Amino acid sequence: MVDGTFRLLMPQARNGAVRVALVVAPWLAIVALWYAVRASGLINPSLVPAPHAVLAKFSELVRGRLPLDVWMSTERVFVGVFLGVLAAVPVGFAIGWYRGVRTFVDPLINFFRALPPIALIPLVIVYFGIGEIAKVVILFYASFFAGVIVMVEGIGQISPIYVRVAKTLGASDAEIFAKVIVPLAVPHILTAVRVALGVAWATLVASELIAAQQGLGAMIQDASSFFQLDIVYVGIICIGLIALAMDLALRAATRRLVAWQDRIA
Amino acid sequence: MTADTLPMVSAMEGPVRLRFDELGVDFPTASGPMTVVDGISLEVRQGEFVSIIGPSGCGKTTLLNVVGGFVKPTRGVALLDDSPIAGPGPDRGVIFQEYGVFPWLTVRRNIEFGLKLAANARHAARSAEIVERYLSLMGLTDFADHFPKHLSGGMRQRLAIARAYAVQPEFLLMDEPFGALDAQTRTAMQDLLLQVLATEGKTVLLVTHSVDEAIYLSSRIVVVTARPARVRTVIDVPFAYPRSESVHEDPRFAALRAEIRVLVMEEYEAQARQSAPAAVRR
Repeated sequence: MVDGTFRLLMPQARNGAVRVALVVAPWLAIVALWYAVRASGLINPSLVPAPHAVLAKFSELVRGRLPLDVWMSTERVFVGVFLGVLAAVPVGFAIGWYRGVRTFVDPLINFFRALPPIALIPLVIVYFGIGEIAKVVILFYASFFAGVIVMVEGIGQISPIYVRVAKTLGASDAEIFAKVIVPLAVPHILTAVRVALGVAWATLVASELIAAQQGLGAMIQDASSFFQLDIVYVGIICIGLIALAMDLALRAATRRLVAWQDRIA
Repeated sequence: MTADTLPMVSAMEGPVRLRFDELGVDFPTASGPMTVVDGISLEVRQGEFVSIIGPSGCGKTTLLNVVGGFVKPTRGVALLDDSPIAGPGPDRGVIFQEYGVFPWLTVRRNIEFGLKLAANARHAARSAEIVERYLSLMGLTDFADHFPKHLSGGMRQRLAIARAYAVQPEFLLMDEPFGALDAQTRTAMQDLLLQVLATEGKTVLLVTHSVDEAIYLSSRIVVVTARPARVRTVIDVPFAYPRSESVHEDPRFAALRAEIRVLVMEEYEAQARQSAPAAVRR
């Protein structure tokens, strides 16, 4: 088995350069496609800023408003995801573990999950005003329901055999919870965080529709009012890159924390 | 517990540890209660190795689950040392068919798991020693710090046994423990079990549908009927412990196997009739 693992890893180690190329290639392809669309004349070139123009705008903005925008958005996403997952873990656990609870709470969860956060903005403004709290509430909402679904599904899949084994070894209910259920829940909590982060970044622009002065979403909206498409592109690319970086970091953390899993996210 | 070198030879004189009296278990189904175990009366003495054999799905596992404390009797009583079985406990080690090895713990931590529980605090001082002993006894020393995902089926089964043994249970309840293993591993595991039992006397209840396995391992075989499980016959196995694989060549082994096979086959046929469509049954 160990030999097999080595054989699988060896080509990767040997062909490190190939690996880097494989990672970079699709990005280069997108940039190439971008130039191609501009050159083809299918779309009016004034509607598609060139990649190098976007890059120039980026380096200009980095020295201006961008750092604060990135910071504000990241902070909102972090607070929203943190609170959302914090609430989603116990709720999702309760629903997933107690099948009785699940039958009547499931429709409720699915009802609220289906509501697009953008549709809630008028209500959020009425109840929470137009300050920081309103933006975090939107992100909390999105993170919470994404996290709950992941937890319910994950906890529901935990095999009861482990609890039975622990009981036959003499474990008390508290010991079963701390030594069996918690370790089995950890991978699902990590997945919930990953999914919630993704959803939160996707909801960010909507949350910053509420009278935001700073933030990537606010920057995109400001730019769109003045038809500054290059800034819109910079904002979109920044959101994507930050979300990607966070996902990679979480995956690395998952690999370390749940090395025991057969299949690693 | 005494470390008798031949613990099971004197089984007939040992005290009764486990007693079923007219035990019955019903399970609720959509069409009313279904009787799974019915009218079972049986005594198991200290140091006995009792196999329960019968058609699959007949209620053998339910019987074992009653002893394990996972299923409450609907009728009759199940007594452990003269008191009704209240729930699972570390005095009864259970080896599940699906192993139930904890995937998030290394091999060593799996064995150690029970020893760290409050219920087994009396073994805590010897914990490290016990873990090392079962690691080497089960041939898992080289894999002590691996996660179970790296283990083969036979090794997982050995780990499950080591973990159950570590808390020093007096009873071992085994549900088709070798069912998922290939023939060679299965034989090796049976020999290992006999070897371990020879050094540490335990009272064993084994559910199996392998006639050979039942004869090779047990001192007594209980043949149960198609559902609901009732005692069809109880057969004493005439071989003394310790046993070796040469027992398989003994003419009495072949005779016993033929006798039990007939009984088991009859029950399989009875079960087939049960599950046949009503029109055919008439």
